[in-house]
Formats: sequence, structure tokens, C-alpha cells
Amino acid sequence: MELLAFGDQGWGDEILRATFITIFVALSAFLIGFIFATLFVFFKLSKKKYLNFIGNIYTTIFRGVPELLIIYLFFFGGSSAIMFVSKIFGYDGYIEINAFLTGAISIGIISGAYSTEVLRGAILAIDKSQFEGAQALGMKRYVYFLKVITPQVLRLAIPNLSNVWQITLKDTSLISVTGLVELMRQSYIASGSTRNPLFFYLFAAVIYLILTTFSLKFFNRLEKRYNFS
Amino acid sequence: MKKITKIFLSFVTLFFLLSGISFSDNIKIGTEGAYPPWNAKDASGKLIGFEVDLAMELCKITGDTCSIVEQDWDGMIPALQAGKFDAIMAGMSITDERKQKINFSQGYADEVASFASLKKSNIKLGGLKSLSLADIDGKEQKTLDTIKKTLEGKIVGVQSGTIFQNFLKSGLVGKVNVWTYKTQDEVNLDLSSGRIDLSLAAAVATTDYNSKAGNVLKLVGPTFSGGVFGNGVGIGLRKNDTKLLNSFNSAIDTARKKGIIKKLAIKHFGFDASM
Amino acid sequence: MTILIENIPYLLKASFLTIQLTLISLIIGLIIGFFFSIMRLSKNFFLYNIAYYYSFIFRGTPLLVQIFIIYFGLAQLEFIRDSILWAILKKPFWCAIIAFSLNTGAYTSEILRAAFEKVEKNIIETGKSLGMSKFNIFYKIKLPIAIKQSVPAYGNEMILMLKGTSLASTVTLIDLTGASKYIISTNFNPVEVFIFAGSIYLILTFLIHSLIKLVEKKLGYY
Repeated sequence: MELLAFGDQGWGDEILRATFITIFVALSAFLIGFIFATLFVFFKLSKKKYLNFIGNIYTTIFRGVPELLIIYLFFFGGSSAIMFVSKIFGYDGYIEINAFLTGAISIGIISGAYSTEVLRGAILAIDKSQFEGAQALGMKRYVYFLKVITPQVLRLAIPNLSNVWQITLKDTSLISVTGLVELMRQSYIASGSTRNPLFFYLFAAVIYLILTTFSLKFFNRLEKRYNFS
Repeated sequence: MKKITKIFLSFVTLFFLLSGISFSDNIKIGTEGAYPPWNAKDASGKLIGFEVDLAMELCKITGDTCSIVEQDWDGMIPALQAGKFDAIMAGMSITDERKQKINFSQGYADEVASFASLKKSNIKLGGLKSLSLADIDGKEQKTLDTIKKTLEGKIVGVQSGTIFQNFLKSGLVGKVNVWTYKTQDEVNLDLSSGRIDLSLAAAVATTDYNSKAGNVLKLVGPTFSGGVFGNGVGIGLRKNDTKLLNSFNSAIDTARKKGIIKKLAIKHFGFDASM
Repeated sequence: MTILIENIPYLLKASFLTIQLTLISLIIGLIIGFFFSIMRLSKNFFLYNIAYYYSFIFRGTPLLVQIFIIYFGLAQLEFIRDSILWAILKKPFWCAIIAFSLNTGAYTSEILRAAFEKVEKNIIETGKSLGMSKFNIFYKIKLPIAIKQSVPAYGNEMILMLKGTSLASTVTLIDLTGASKYIISTNFNPVEVFIFAGSIYLILTFLIHSLIKLVEKKLGYY
């Protein structure tokens, strides 16, 4: 138990802080992903072939390549890409993106690929005739879309978005390779330093289980609320 | 609704607090934080060790503000080149292979390598005490041949991307079954559990682990230096960064003259490893 | 670029380990998943709960934690090292297989359970009214329908498992990801190597995808 003590001797406070980082990076990634998804879902549903193509490339690559490789690519390639762009604008120095942002963006883009598919499924599941309803009601198209279609899509998407959230939360464990001290990396450091991997990895597993269980409960509640009201 | 707005706003604030895009103004030094006694992390999450202390002393001399960045060993050089930090102080030996990609300052400390095994193991690797690959005579060759014979059918663990791995792959001791690990801690764990028969690492890294883990390991065979093992440990820098190279070189001179390196070496290694 | 070209044979050889890990884990995982899905349908309290918590634990934690517990964690226990199990747990390959199989087994059990539960009651009733035995109803009616229903979801799981095998590189194995990391640690050119490795994974994903489409066609989805 003294391994988990707070303060300078134990790892309790470090693991607690790392858990918050895990939660926060997962939330950020999920939201970044959702923003990507709302964009790419229109590409995928568009009647224009080239937009379709872009949308399909996005979801295929980011759901087909291991997360670890994508994180490495963003980590090593991200700064260079930005530096390349900034050179065009005349800035010649080094630009460094920190581990948190690298992690949130790379996991976010992966999460977005899954969310895109979820939203696409939900939009396709809505009765087609509804899309014609806008004219009938004399509403502007985007108002209609925002007020009538969006809530329905979200309601249909909640169960599967819950799955995407679980994937995203668990994927954050891989960000540890960028040096961001989230739950996995902290457990790694602690088990290396104390030579007690079993204890720290089991403890991390328990924390992940608590997080996934609570988020599942949250999504179930959300689902119930939107199905009855 | 107001509550949601508040939550959202605090979320966004926190996001921007944690995110950072920096346009380098201070000097960032990359270290592994998992290679005691060179560099490590303590239970309060702080980076510690010989190189962390030395980095601070060197920056005091040059008058720069420095910060220390944690980076996994296997990505150390790519991360330097990608601009994640400006200098490497991570127990990195100066070798010809690495010199093709990056520059090195003059060496600040000496490192010898050694095989290690479980205490109860009866593996023997010749009678020589130390072996320099720089000049291999009859005696050295005999020892290398003994090692080659002994390593047949054995598994040797090393940290990946190290001089130790290069040595085992060099053919000097035959074709060895090498397992590579992300950190030295992992090598030590698998050596202690008996998954691997031997490890090859900096002698001090094994001794340090041993002193904390209840003396389950022992060093075997000669200590190695020279050749693929390089010429001491130095600061790794980008090829085009000659300004930083010069300033670190003169800072090392000053630190050596003042006895700072020696003092820190004795504090962390228990003997004078400075050079 | 030349570094990449020099290393292509090495990367392709490593891809074999990736394929091997994926296939063996999927086969073992399928067997595990099948039995646990049946346990989930059982009315026996113990059987049900064992299967429930197995799936709950392995789906609720990251694969990386699971593989570390099995590889580094279990090796720490002396009684494990003294037991016969050590012959298997000593080998990184088998540790990876154990972690991957248990992980994919948990997801597979959920896919199959959902499929079994969806088999409509009246079809089963029909079987009963035809005088079929319980065993026959299961093998001739429930199982074929459930398998057919789970093919698309299982296809996704196969792709997830393929991606999951990249974590084998964390326990000393030189799979496709491990090999790319190795090249980078000695040659220091990350981006092109990772893009090349990513393309091989994409090709493998595409192969799995085509296989599933073929099976769907054979089973008559269209």
C-alpha cells in the first residue's frame, strides 16, 4: 500500500494526476474526432465523387492502420510538417508541438474516423422522406437540418458513439510513447522504478475499468433520456 | 444550459493550458528518464540523475535557460531532428554510426559495457578484466572467441538502438540471439525473471539496478570499450546547430576545470567517470 | 529513401509474424468466444457470471495493459516461474498470443451472444414443433443463423485484431511495427518507414475486408 502513498515516497498522487490527464486527453480526442466526423460524414454522403473519395480515404486509413503507427507518424512528422508550412511563410526556426496536443490530435483523428461511420449509419437510418419535409414546412434548409434532423441523428448515434468513446479512452494508453505522462506511462514509470509491474499494471487496469464502467453508465442514461422525452 | 456553458468553457480553457505549440526560445534538452544512474525519474515524477544535474550546471555556465524533456530512447535521434528538443543528454555514446546523423560535443563521461547474468548462473565469459575493441591482440581475440562459443544457444537482452545491440550484431561474437527492449528496466526485469540468459549494458546501469533489487544479478566477463562502443558519452546535437555545439563544448571545458563533472560523477556513480 | 528500400525484405519478413499472430489469435479467440457466448446464454449463475466478467474486464481495459500484465506482471511471481506454465509464459510469442486471444475472445463472445439473442423465437418454436431435439435446434437452426448474422461485426473485429498485434512490439517481438521501430532506432528516418509499414497494414486490412465480403456473398446476403 505504501507504493500508492501520496507525496514524495509513493506513487498515489502521480497516478491520480495521470488519470486526470487520461480522462482529459480522451475527452479532447473524442471532441476533436466528433468535429472531424461532422465534416467527413458530409463528404461520405455527398453526391460528388471526389468528396466521397476523400471521405473514404480518411475512414479507411485511420481505421485500418494501427494506432501506434499513426501516433508515431504525428509525433515525428507533425512538427516537420508544420515547420515546412511555416517556412513558406518565412519563419525559419523550430516549432514544437507538445505531447498532449500530439496525442489529442492523433487519437482524435482516429476517433473521428469511427465517429464518421457512426454518424453516417445514423443519417442513413433516418427516414428519407424527412429530408423533403423542409420544403413542406417552408423552413430554411439549414434550420430544418439543425432543429429536426440533428437531434434524431444524435439520438440514433448515441449507442455507437458510446462504443467510439470506449475505443478512444483505451487508445489513449498508446499516447504513452510520446512522453505524455498519462495513466499508462505513469504506471510504466512506477513499475520500472519499483520493479513491481504486476501491482502497477493491475492497478491501472482497475482504473481503466472504473472509467469505462462509469462512462458506459453515463451513455446508457443519455440514451434513456433521449428515447423517452 | 448555463451549467453546460460553464463546463464547456472550463474544458476549453484547460485544453489550451495543456496544449503547447512553442517557438523555441529556451534550450530544451532531451533525456530518457529510465537509465539510472545516468538519468531517471523519482516517485514525485521529477527527472533526476547524473545528466539532469550536469545539464543544469552546463546551462548555468552558458547562461541559458534550459528545460529538460522526456523522450523514449528508441525515438531519441528522430525527435532531436524533428525539433522536439535541441540537445540529447541521455547516456548516449559517441559513435561513428550516430555521427553520420548528428553532431556530438566532446565527451563528458566514460562508460564501459558489461554482460550480466543471474547471480546463480554459471556462465563464464573468459578471464580478461577489460577489453578494448580499439586494439585486438591474441589475448583479446581469445576472449572474444570464448564469448562467441558461450553465447551459442543463449538469449541476450539489450535495450534497442544501443551500442550494446550494435556490438552483438557486429559479428565479433558470432551470430547472437538478441532480444531488444524499450528500456533498460525491462531488460533487467527479464534477466531477473530468467527469460533471458544474459544482458549487455553499461556496467553502472546493472550495478545500480542490482543495488536496488536485492543483488540478484552479477556482472560477467570483461568490461568493453572502444570500437563500436564509441568514445565516451557526449551531448547529441543537430548537424546545423554549430552555435550550440561550441557553447556546450566550452561549457564542458569549464565544468571539467572546476571539477563539477567529477563531483557529480562521484555523487551518482560512486566513482570518477568524468572525462 | 535508400534506407527504406534496403529494409523492405526485412519489413516483409516481419509482416509474416504480424499475419501469424493475427491468425493464431483469431482462431483461438473464436473458440474462446464461442464457448463464452454459450455460457452467457446459460441460466447457471456461475457460468453466466464468469462469462460476463471475463468479457467486462477484457473489453474494459486497454490491450496494452493486458499484454504488460501477462508478460511483465506474471513473470514477477515466483510460483508462476516455478510452474509448468513458465515454459509458455517465458516466450514473448506465447504471451502475446495469450493476451490477443483473450482480448479478441471477449469481443467475439459479445458478437456471438448478440447474434444468438437475435435469432427469432418463432423459428426456434417451429423447430420444436417439428420435434427436433434441443441439440439439433441449436446446431441446425440457431448456430447457422447466428453465424450468418455475426459475419459483418466479426469482420470488424478481425481488423481490430490485426491492428492490435502491433503491440507485440512492446514485448520484444519483431512484428511489422517492431521492425519499423528497429529500423528507426538505427537509421533515424521515421516518416517514410512508418508510411511504408502503414501501407502494408492497409493491404492486410483490405484482404480481410475482401474475405468478409466474399463470405457474405457465399452466405447469401445479396
